[in-house]
Amino acid sequence: MNKRFFIGIAISLVFYGVVQALISGEILNDFYIDTLVMLGVNIILAVSLNLINGFTGQFSIGHAGFMSIGAYVSAIMTTNLGYSFPLGLLCGCLAAAVAGLIIGFPTLRLKGDYLAIATLGFGEIIRIVWLNNDYVGGAAGLNGIERVTNWSWIFFGVLVAVVVIQNIVKSTHGRAMISVRENEIAAEAMGINVTKYKVIAFVVGAFFAGMAGAFSAHYFYGIAPTSYNFMKSFEILVFVVLGGLGSTAGTIIGTILLTLLFTYLQDIPEWRMVIYSMILILTMIFRPKGLLGNVDVTKFFKKGGASKNGGTTTTP
Amino acid sequence: MLSVKDINVYYGAIHALKGVSFEIKGGEIVTLIGANGAGKSTILKTISGLLKPKSGTIEFAGQPIHGKVAQEIVKRGMSHCPEGRRVFANMSVEENLELGAFLRNDKKGIAEDLESVYVRFPRLRERSKQMAGTLSGGEQQMLAMGRALMARPKLLLLDEPSMGLAPLLVREIFNIVQEINKSGTTVLLVEQNANMALSIAHRAYVIETGKIVLAGAAQELASSDEIKKAYLGG
Repeated sequence: MNKRFFIGIAISLVFYGVVQALISGEILNDFYIDTLVMLGVNIILAVSLNLINGFTGQFSIGHAGFMSIGAYVSAIMTTNLGYSFPLGLLCGCLAAAVAGLIIGFPTLRLKGDYLAIATLGFGEIIRIVWLNNDYVGGAAGLNGIERVTNWSWIFFGVLVAVVVIQNIVKSTHGRAMISVRENEIAAEAMGINVTKYKVIAFVVGAFFAGMAGAFSAHYFYGIAPTSYNFMKSFEILVFVVLGGLGSTAGTIIGTILLTLLFTYLQDIPEWRMVIYSMILILTMIFRPKGLLGNVDVTKFFKKGGASKNGGTTTTP
Repeated sequence: MLSVKDINVYYGAIHALKGVSFEIKGGEIVTLIGANGAGKSTILKTISGLLKPKSGTIEFAGQPIHGKVAQEIVKRGMSHCPEGRRVFANMSVEENLELGAFLRNDKKGIAEDLESVYVRFPRLRERSKQMAGTLSGGEQQMLAMGRALMARPKLLLLDEPSMGLAPLLVREIFNIVQEINKSGTTVLLVEQNANMALSIAHRAYVIETGKIVLAGAAQELASSDEIKKAYLGG
């Protein structure tokens, strides 16, 4: 907790106040509020996936599964059982975290592609569970969920997710996670409990994915299993990869760019996927590590800057 | 200090170590030499807890450690510098070294050890803020050794420190190993460069296909005809 941290918080609170004033003054219409909520949900998803994929180096593509757990559990709590939204939100997050723990232990022995396939399978299993369960509406999903999520919820949700994950990453635990990404055997030889840190990354990542799921469920009135298929997992992965694996700032920027692009391209549906894909291909050619891959933006604000050693990295 | 008795290690169906026994006394440099695939690295990994033996016992400082996880073994004062350097490429040299002391909490001691690593390897001080992946091969080897020393080990396991280095650098690395030993750290050295390893070690074991086939004082082995023919090139 240093000066820069509080300045960052202060600036984001000012941003929050300005947007809130614009919403209260009805200067921002529903379209903009929809977009802001989408942005917030996507940022939470991407930043939490970045903890698993970017910092800890585990290739997970089951994030939509954790998101759906948060969405369904919170919606069941509020809509079916009549509890308050904060309690539903908390239960959604915790249920997703528990799922992260359950899937974590058996699958984290797997590496690379094998882990990717296992997490993909996990995401699909969760979706099939919702699809075949009449209590949660089967294929039609749960409808009539009250709209509770607003700019305040989304803003503070994003703030908590970013602050918590940044603090983990900058702590000794974060160091240990990055060392697992860099070289698992060396990390283990240093006495770092590799499995423990992988599981922590999975549990924290899943917790926030659940939070994003609960927010989106309580904004768009209804949820259905199809919203959480593997395409959704890939969409989140693309945000992270385009922004830069292992860079929180890059992930946020990548998510904002792609979400806005996707929203504005809705006017030309026939070209939407073409342009979207072209941008992804070009980014990967010219910035293979993502927009801000491995660049620690905070270094630019430190004395002396990052010009010397911080920016570029070469892996032999 | 370390006593390994009759350990058997398998990789799936492959019987990699067949009843290996040996011991190391405090203050020694002991080297394990042998050809590719003889099981040298497997022995180190088993001792440091990265692999589990199917049977047999390993005692370190009088305590059984076989079957314990790596972090407990590191805590007891054994540090493994794995083969192929394996530095954390996208972290700075200093961050790499700090991770070597991951299990320690004594800030003062860590700072002292960081300083002594920098004294031993002045190159690392020059490059302390540089990303480890940008170092040359020799510097990465020094970093890997420095990182292992940051755990303040009683026993240092070194896996092929000469791998892929120019002869002059190999000499330098081995001199450093000797210095580390003289300052009180027991060393278990695994090497393919048998000549070099035998020249600095006190005792040596020769491994062939998962078994120890010869043991003795390093100088004796270096002059034995059998060893000369098989490992020293004439």
